[in-house]
Amino acid sequence: MNNSRRRFLQIAGVSALGLGAKPVLDAFAAGEDEGLGFHVARGEDALDAKQWAMVIDTRKLLTTEDLEPIIEACNKIHNIPTAIENKNHEIKWIWETHYHNAFTDKTNNFLNEEVEAQPFLLLCNHCENPPCVRACPTQATFKNDNGIVMMDFHRCIGCRFCMAACPFGARSFNFRDPRPFIRETNKEFPTRSKGVVEKCNFCAERLAVGQMPACVEASNGALAFGDLYDEHSEVRELLKENYTIRRKQTLGTEPSVYYIV
Amino acid sequence: MKDKKKILAGLAVFIAAITFPFWYNMGKAAPAPEVELTAKAKAAKVCVMPTAYMKANHMQLLDVWRHNVVRNGERAFVNAEGQLFNMSLSNTCLDCHSNKAQFCDRCHNYASVRPYCWDCHIDNPKGE
Amino acid sequence: MLELAVKGNKWYWGWVVVLLGVIGAGFGLYLVQLKFGLGITGMSRDVSWGFYIANFTYLVGVAAGGVMVVLPYYLHDYKAYGKITILGEFLAIAAIVMCLLFILVDLGQPMRALNVLLYPTPNSVLFYDAIVLNGYLFLNLVIGWNVLEAERNGVHYQSWLKPLIYISIPWAVSIHTVTAYLYCGLPGRHFWLTAVLAPRFLASAFAAGPALLILLCLFIRRFTNFDPGRQQIQTLAKTVAYAICINVFFFLCEVFVAFYSQIPGHTTHLKYLFVGLHGHGALVPWMWGSMILMAIGIVLTVTPATRKNETSLAIACIVIIMGTWIDKGLGMISGGFVPNPMHEVNEYIPTMPEIGITLGVYAMGALVLTVLYKMAVGVKQEVHG
Repeated sequence: MNNSRRRFLQIAGVSALGLGAKPVLDAFAAGEDEGLGFHVARGEDALDAKQWAMVIDTRKLLTTEDLEPIIEACNKIHNIPTAIENKNHEIKWIWETHYHNAFTDKTNNFLNEEVEAQPFLLLCNHCENPPCVRACPTQATFKNDNGIVMMDFHRCIGCRFCMAACPFGARSFNFRDPRPFIRETNKEFPTRSKGVVEKCNFCAERLAVGQMPACVEASNGALAFGDLYDEHSEVRELLKENYTIRRKQTLGTEPSVYYIV
Repeated sequence: MKDKKKILAGLAVFIAAITFPFWYNMGKAAPAPEVELTAKAKAAKVCVMPTAYMKANHMQLLDVWRHNVVRNGERAFVNAEGQLFNMSLSNTCLDCHSNKAQFCDRCHNYASVRPYCWDCHIDNPKGE
Repeated sequence: MLELAVKGNKWYWGWVVVLLGVIGAGFGLYLVQLKFGLGITGMSRDVSWGFYIANFTYLVGVAAGGVMVVLPYYLHDYKAYGKITILGEFLAIAAIVMCLLFILVDLGQPMRALNVLLYPTPNSVLFYDAIVLNGYLFLNLVIGWNVLEAERNGVHYQSWLKPLIYISIPWAVSIHTVTAYLYCGLPGRHFWLTAVLAPRFLASAFAAGPALLILLCLFIRRFTNFDPGRQQIQTLAKTVAYAICINVFFFLCEVFVAFYSQIPGHTTHLKYLFVGLHGHGALVPWMWGSMILMAIGIVLTVTPATRKNETSLAIACIVIIMGTWIDKGLGMISGGFVPNPMHEVNEYIPTMPEIGITLGVYAMGALVLTVLYKMAVGVKQEVHG
């Protein structure tokens, strides 16, 4: 009796595996979308670069009032939940801070008064060697062909390893549903949901249709944007002519955001 | 076997319980829902892909769209007829099908499908 | 063998019911967290990992500690440990179950957890962590169960288990090394960016795991008919003594490097933990408490008289567990995140719902441990009478 029951179970198990094989194989075989006659492509107006970079001329941004339109432009078009009061849960893609918080490795005890008082813009540096991309276990954060460190909100599992990895504190996590805290929804851009990490995306959606990032447009010339590896781009011209610094460059992440001081 | 009566009784109860949804709803199947097209959708006659394909595979198409937009930066979709569309759920699909409650939700509610796309994607881009 | 776990007296069942209650409460709170988001915890934009990951890190250590029983027995033929390898393996299982649960409750989108397997990412340490943790769970389950069953049937365990047992030894080291690698490869977190982090984690693990095992052995001897053995407990105690000394030594090395070099990147985090920074010092009493507890633990386990006395040994184990938990749990996480990359100080304190969910996970681990130990003790009693 025992032996044949064991035998029965063995046969049942193998049969289940066999019967289950077909649907599994079918699921994997269904990759023939291209046979439906469509194709996808980049838009004609899309702007391309080897590595998008930004040069911030801090000499043109001396007060908080100078920075306000820049920060607000980003917040508005990306549905940033600015009404969150709990500082622990704040979402910031681009924000301002003091010199010794922005450049922690370049502080002096006796800083010139102007720089001491001046606010500085902080945002994701879209590093060329990003530790956050190295850390992400699902490639939800990845570096695209144009050098932008992107977020795929569909894939993010909210583990926040990228937040631990970022040396610049550039990333924010949605600790709760952001929608009630969005002051004015931009209907052309999605919001995010709770449980995913987000940060500046160098306005990839605007570059795709031939527009400059919103912060650059709102900056009245203080922010320059271009291809770091195009010798004739505006950013390279500025880098040739001006002394610039970057945040924590000794860490080797190669940030793409430069500051003219 | 021991406890034969208890086993058979329990088995009968189990089978009755597990098949409850089938025999309780016999003959009471709710009719498939009617979906309404907006004027814009009616004028367009056909969606980005043939109607039969869209009915069966719109989610697969959306997966292709989101993969290509987000991960490859490709936003242009050209179908077999050579028509060009911007791959966007809220700005293309809902541009024509702006009546989500009378279109998308009808079938989704019937089939008890709760896509979480709308947690992020705007479901009323025209303010309806 | 599971039938051995459903036969118990009223104390056993009372304990199980209490655990189920705590699990239920924790689960209810988790449903609240699923609905509202991780905002119900005390985590913030600056301290983005908190109590859940802290306890996860600590428990990976406890799980790895099981190797301190397996290694001497299977590699060096220390026959005495043959009695209790099963206890070490079952403790490892319970600990890993808790680790996996802590990761799950910490995720912002837990329903997408399988993305880690669907999109394998060899450059991510988390990818390897998922593999080694699940692998270790699998190894201990298969090894522990089969060895126990063989013991119950009075036969030698199957020969194919031997390679698995041998693999489980470096694998145990790997689980805690990989977990340490989560932290020590991040360029922006200077408190963690040290080569000694993995060795320190292992030292702490080899103190905490066996210490907990000693307490469990004493408990089993007191309340069941199975005596794990005085010699076994004494050898475990010697392991704990060495491990806790090495752990504290490694920590003092860190202190030296930071404060002799005087480099702010290294000193600020230790300053925050031990004397406070910019007026914030919530962890200061805890860290000093941890140091004192570990010092007491060292004295009690290194001194032969107090180590041989099982009462003082039990006290030593308790203070060592408390000390290492504070050090590796609270200290490590907050110390790494505070101050933040902009040198701002935002402190972290777990909230009540967060603690409630944590207790629920611990209760789940305790339930797994209870059932497995009841089984193991049941078999021992059957075989040895």
